[in-house]
Amino acid sequence: MTNAHHTHDHDGPAARTAAIEKLLTEKGMVPEGFIDSVIETYTEKVGPRNGARVVAKAWMDDDYRRRLLSDGKSAIEELGYSGPEGDVVVVENTDEIHNVVVCTLCSCYPWTVLGLPPTWYKSPEYRARMVREPRTVLREMGLDLSKEVEIQVWDSSAEKRYLVLPVRPQDTDLLDEQELAAMVTRDSMIGVSKL
Amino acid sequence: MSVTGAHPLDQAPSTFEEPWQARLFAMTQGVIESGGIDREGFRQRLIAAIEALPQRPYWESWLAAFDDALLAAGPTD
Repeated sequence: MTNAHHTHDHDGPAARTAAIEKLLTEKGMVPEGFIDSVIETYTEKVGPRNGARVVAKAWMDDDYRRRLLSDGKSAIEELGYSGPEGDVVVVENTDEIHNVVVCTLCSCYPWTVLGLPPTWYKSPEYRARMVREPRTVLREMGLDLSKEVEIQVWDSSAEKRYLVLPVRPQDTDLLDEQELAAMVTRDSMIGVSKL
Repeated sequence: MSVTGAHPLDQAPSTFEEPWQARLFAMTQGVIESGGIDREGFRQRLIAAIEALPQRPYWESWLAAFDDALLAAGPTD
């Protein structure tokens, strides 16, 4: 297998990636069309809309909410979303407790319900600082929590990815599940903002 | 990090700054699923690549880890 590091200096990562793709395709290690369909899946189909539906259902259905909090992966699978690896643990925000998620080592993230992680989630700054000074980092990101609110930071791993169940906004009793889902943002399910 | 305008989820920022990153992500998934490299082994290499050069852009660390994983997997012919 060619070592891409020995290519010319002006071949940046784009060129090296293209070279690897060509090689893998020639050797049949990646089926024709696979790459394009994966890209489409993760940017269009999978994505935060899935998480939003999970959240909305939990708000509307108390039994589902209980199942979601006790076995997140199974409850998520009930809605048809599954993934190749690990558990998804759902952590519930209350008026007293605010949850936020990070992966200090790399970028573990609940892909099946949130799609691909945002660039800032993968940054060294976020990964190092969120565990050390969560209140400050959240304030910098636009979420100012009062001192009475306890912040819980969840460090993700390949075995355990976390999804935040945000507090249901007030005055939403008349909305149906679809309308509720439309209110849920990706950032609220990571825990860096509130609805 | 908040978004304005249309449906918030439609405006979630792209996690790929450039197309090669998306292709790299997809091809890593493909090779893992076809059994060419091991998922956990790749993840460990990714962690090591990020730790080795923390200021290197994320996707270049991914590329280094993927390249290493392919090399370690050995010849395919």
